[in-house]
Amino acid sequence: MSQSHDLSIEKLPNPEKATLEGKNKFLGFWFFLGGETVLFGTLFATFLALRDKVGNGPAGHELFSMKVTFLSTMILLVSSLTSVFAILALKEYKLRMMQFWFWVTVLLGLCFLGLEIYEFTDYVKEGLGYKTSAFSSSFYTLVGTHGSHVFFGILWISTLMIASYKKGITTVTAPKYYIAALYWHFIDVVWVFIFTVVYLLGILGG
Amino acid sequence: MTTSAITVREEKQGFLPWLWMWLTTVDHKKIGILYLCGAGLFFLIGGIEAILIRIQLSVPQNDFLVGSTYNQVMTMHGTTMIFLAAMPAIFALLNAVVPLQIGARDVAFPFLNALGFWLFFLGGLILNVSWFLGGAPDGGWTAYAPLSTEFLGSGMDFYILGLQVAGAGTLMGGINFLVTIINMRAPGMTFMRMPLFTWTALITSALILFAFPALTVGLFFELFDKVFGANFFNSVNGGNGVIWEHIFWIFGHPEVYILILPAFGVISEVVPTFAKKRLFGYTSMVFATVLIGFLAFMVWVHHMFTVGLGPMANSLFAIATMAIAIPTGMKIFNWMFTMWGGQVHYTTANLFAVGFIPTFVLGGVTGVMLAVPAADFQYHDSYFVVAHFHYVIVGGVVFGLLAGLFYWWPKMFGKFLNEKLGKVTFWFFFFGFHVTFFPQHFLGLMGMPRRYFTYLKGDGLATGNMISSLGAIGMAIAIILLLINIVMTTANGKKAKGDAWGFGRTLEWSIPSPAPEYNFAQTPLVKGIDPLWKAKMEGSHKVTPAEPLGDIHMPSSSILPFLMSLALTVASFGFIYADQSGTALNAGSLIFAGIGVALLFLMMLIHSLKDDHGYHIHKHEIIEAEREAE
Repeated sequence: MSQSHDLSIEKLPNPEKATLEGKNKFLGFWFFLGGETVLFGTLFATFLALRDKVGNGPAGHELFSMKVTFLSTMILLVSSLTSVFAILALKEYKLRMMQFWFWVTVLLGLCFLGLEIYEFTDYVKEGLGYKTSAFSSSFYTLVGTHGSHVFFGILWISTLMIASYKKGITTVTAPKYYIAALYWHFIDVVWVFIFTVVYLLGILGG
Repeated sequence: MTTSAITVREEKQGFLPWLWMWLTTVDHKKIGILYLCGAGLFFLIGGIEAILIRIQLSVPQNDFLVGSTYNQVMTMHGTTMIFLAAMPAIFALLNAVVPLQIGARDVAFPFLNALGFWLFFLGGLILNVSWFLGGAPDGGWTAYAPLSTEFLGSGMDFYILGLQVAGAGTLMGGINFLVTIINMRAPGMTFMRMPLFTWTALITSALILFAFPALTVGLFFELFDKVFGANFFNSVNGGNGVIWEHIFWIFGHPEVYILILPAFGVISEVVPTFAKKRLFGYTSMVFATVLIGFLAFMVWVHHMFTVGLGPMANSLFAIATMAIAIPTGMKIFNWMFTMWGGQVHYTTANLFAVGFIPTFVLGGVTGVMLAVPAADFQYHDSYFVVAHFHYVIVGGVVFGLLAGLFYWWPKMFGKFLNEKLGKVTFWFFFFGFHVTFFPQHFLGLMGMPRRYFTYLKGDGLATGNMISSLGAIGMAIAIILLLINIVMTTANGKKAKGDAWGFGRTLEWSIPSPAPEYNFAQTPLVKGIDPLWKAKMEGSHKVTPAEPLGDIHMPSSSILPFLMSLALTVASFGFIYADQSGTALNAGSLIFAGIGVALLFLMMLIHSLKDDHGYHIHKHEIIEAEREAE
């Protein structure tokens, strides 16, 4: 196709969308997130249908701690902000800056994951196993699917960052950084819904 | 792209290089052929299962296939035909035709495209090896819970994991075609100049994107219930089987439109071509396609009228269902008005297209009948339903696909299928089909339930069933004739020109048959609907190019898609054998599954780190190839 060879050297504006490949990745990833929305929508719907079916196990309001989940929420929201800083650096071809902010994002992601693991082990100790009730199965599946998305995001961004020391910011790599950040925002948005539907409704709505 | 594009390509001879070429290809035309072969293989398996069912039901109280064996054959027939025959056959046509119709050199994600194929194929194999590993799935293609999660054997694990793997492939294919169609159209090819087949491909891909994730989640729920002892569908611990029905049909109803829309698209190409007239009501056809796609998500409860969701829910979904008859009816009339006053040429492709119209209308009419909740209480789970969905899926989808196959075969392979044999195939298939399925309407109204393996002598169902089974022989003969046709013409078929039928209208007919690796030597400039026809009417045999001749960049082939699919297959077998009905976990199997997933991640890592520089086809090579083709 007609791209010239020195695109990677020239500092084009918006390197993440400068090539057709980049545009394709960009649009394709948005569609993928559309599919992911349906995936989480189905999980949410099932959770809503089963959240009162606690059987002999504990219910949500007996377990959930506002402190821990609020902390998780703040951590994840801030990590979204740091990934925005990384993308702003990307658009200005500031490699070191981008790496710094993405590494901060990864670190915050790890903190979030750590809190979630702590939270889950706590619930299990209090008698909410995966098999306990329909509520427990749907709760762990919904929140756990989100957690595994966070885990995958951490792996993904870390890999990209390690590679970035060698590859830098080019029209080939920029779309990859950009969609990883998009993915991270998506996880964040899903968490906002989990915080509301699972935890806030669980604690306040009884 | 990057500076170090490799330019040297060698073609080696022999079996292993040939096999390697197919395993590593990322060329959409080759992947189309792979899809066609995969679909063909599973279509034959599903067809044999259909014949076995008809043998069992041909006489009352038969003991040819009894109980669970019958359930396995019946389940696998449905699952195979929908997921492993019809879906990939559609992807075969999408791959073979859509990039050519929009004047693109490639699809948006060639690597994902290959991955999608291998996932489908290995997913199909996972499902089918169940026959030899403790029995096939036997819970029906709908796998209703808690039957399939609590009361059946390991067969359903193969169903869950096989569909999970194949479904992931389908989802990738859907995203690939959405982006290809939106981003890679030739200059001047606006949305309202796209051929209708491409339009249906676009809408179908969108439906895949929004329908399949629901199935993915549903299948995970069943898997977790079975393997990890979750309680989604276990009513003792508060679960609810109706959730599965909702999830399955939120996916399942769009699925039938995923199947039928591309068939509509094929008919909308074949009918105008062989009537030598432009498609009547192009704009309304596009509108109807989009509307059907939209309504597809609004009607799933019509599969669940008898669940007891109440008169309000049932009425709303009934009205939405009936509304679909309107855009569909628009299409039927537009096809007829296209033929009206045209010079209709009855080639095999056109016979299938014209045969499609009344057949599909019959299926549509029974569809509207089934949409009336009060009446549906009578029809539900009877052979009337079986007759209905075979009229729309065989009479609609398969007729459409066969029309498309005969129509685009010369473009895919550079040779025609034999027309005489093709016409005989059509008549056997057409009459075989109606003889098989028409009596099933009446069997259903007389009370014969769906999925039962037998009926009694005094039930009055013997004659209808016998006729139905005889009809199946006609369809079998048609398929055998088609296979003979393929073998014969592959060995010794008539070569096709670029504009194979002589009155091609769309861009795929403006390039040689089969299309060269790079599709278009020069990207065409599109000035209206049916650009090739327009060019021919203006006295030119070529569509105006939009760019000068130059080097063309191509993606490198890769073995990774195949290996990734293999890794996921390993993981699937781990999960299948981890199932001990939720009691204790089989740790060894889970470790095995973990290894599969780890291998998949490793290969994703390799793919992410290794930049694909691709290679260039040089200008002089293109000039040479184009001259040879003429």
